[in-house]
Amino acid sequence: MSHFRVEPYSPRLVLGLESSCDETSVAVLEDGSHCRVNLVSSQVALHEKYGGVVPEVACRAHMEVLNPLLEEAMDRAGCRFSDLDAIAVTHGPGLVGAVLLGVAAAKTLAGLLEIPLIGVNHLEGHLYSTFLEDPDVELPLVCLLVSGGHTQIVEMTTPGAYRVLGSTRDDAAGEAFDKVAKALGLGYPGGPRIDQAARRGDPSRLVLPRPMREVGYEFSFSGLKTAVLVHLQSPGRVSDDDLCASFQDAVVDVLVTKTLRAARACGARTVAVAGGVAANSELRRRMEEACRRDGIPLRSPSIGLCTDNAAMIARAGWELARLGLRSPLTLDARPNLPLTPRV
Amino acid sequence: MLERVVVSHSEAETERLGESLGERLRAGDVLALTGDLGAGKTTLVRGLARGLGCVDPVSSPTFVLMHVYEGRLPLYHFDAWRLSGPGDLLGIGAEEYLEGEGVAVVEWSERAEGLLPAERLEIRLEREGAPEERRIRLCGLGARGSELLEGLA
Repeated sequence: MSHFRVEPYSPRLVLGLESSCDETSVAVLEDGSHCRVNLVSSQVALHEKYGGVVPEVACRAHMEVLNPLLEEAMDRAGCRFSDLDAIAVTHGPGLVGAVLLGVAAAKTLAGLLEIPLIGVNHLEGHLYSTFLEDPDVELPLVCLLVSGGHTQIVEMTTPGAYRVLGSTRDDAAGEAFDKVAKALGLGYPGGPRIDQAARRGDPSRLVLPRPMREVGYEFSFSGLKTAVLVHLQSPGRVSDDDLCASFQDAVVDVLVTKTLRAARACGARTVAVAGGVAANSELRRRMEEACRRDGIPLRSPSIGLCTDNAAMIARAGWELARLGLRSPLTLDARPNLPLTPRV
Repeated sequence: MLERVVVSHSEAETERLGESLGERLRAGDVLALTGDLGAGKTTLVRGLARGLGCVDPVSSPTFVLMHVYEGRLPLYHFDAWRLSGPGDLLGIGAEEYLEGEGVAVVEWSERAEGLLPAERLEIRLEREGAPEERRIRLCGLGARGSELLEGLA
């Protein structure tokens, strides 16, 4: 059991902890909206050396960085541990060892301080990242969650009422970026490198497949990745810049088309884009264009809140508190945790 | 050691090969997959999962390194693409799954060398000829590895 029901409560100071993959992050959120501090310590430089995430390195790095980060967060937030009213922590999905570490830290603190512990689904955190900068986001919301590990479209009709409309059948969009970047020798993480190269390229030089563009809300990027790799070995090869532009164009086209189709079908009053790939400049530009055309307001959190961070986890925890949910001190790390509704 | 080479002409054929293998698997079996990006490793695993009666859709485990699917037997689907070597898989407790009650399939298994049991089925996928065509080399190591290949349709 990960949650039990209590009288709804509204914790004033919520400590958020996030350590599901590359980033270790600690945040202090006041009254659900004022972010006193949101510190993120990224391991990207470390992982770059290895060309990817190394779980053992990831876990060790989280462990080394978490305590100093906690102290610095308290310091910058101008509060003491005893001032905290609840602790929200990511308990999945993610790298098992990394998630475990955050959960262990959160359980220890919640037990010592005798305050509520609230387990948060990492994806739920991304959904609420939008609300941190704009508390008046109108529901229903349709959110495109797009990162290295996830690509899904989620509808939220009221706080806690989530419905996953579609996910990727194979590779996540960010993973396709990473793999294509590696095949081109562009390095890790692949997203920003392809984004840059694509600006110099011409997407019309090569037309790549748009997998499943016309049907439903599910995604498939594996075939597109393969098409790029097959093209790399073909005689009439376009330049790397053009290839990046074509690949990015195909991914963005599919993401935008499906998100807007879902938004229209759900009667969404807001469209949001969250997750690391939301930082992609072409995705932002085309999503803005499409939302303007359909007359639906678009909310994209600033880059720092799109990528993994603890402020969104604290916000999600605060929402769960208001729904009357808290977690037992036996809370488990769940590497494959699915996103399920809370109400 | 027993070796077979199969040429697949489409993703569907690769998936069917996986499915007929999946139907033959039993607890403790380990399959080691190698092949470039886009060679069809995850496609083959999708077939394996179907052959094992897993109903949840199979997606790439690259990011979280491992997915578990429930079927006739649990299927542990590893992906070592983001790893630098076998020590990293130990970091997530992979050895427990490799000796577990289910079937383990490891993509990019060259990065898990040394962790894998001596009796296993090695599968190498290579692109060749037409864009859809794949050459699939199956190599059964040890008695159990060979047994898995015998009579494979």
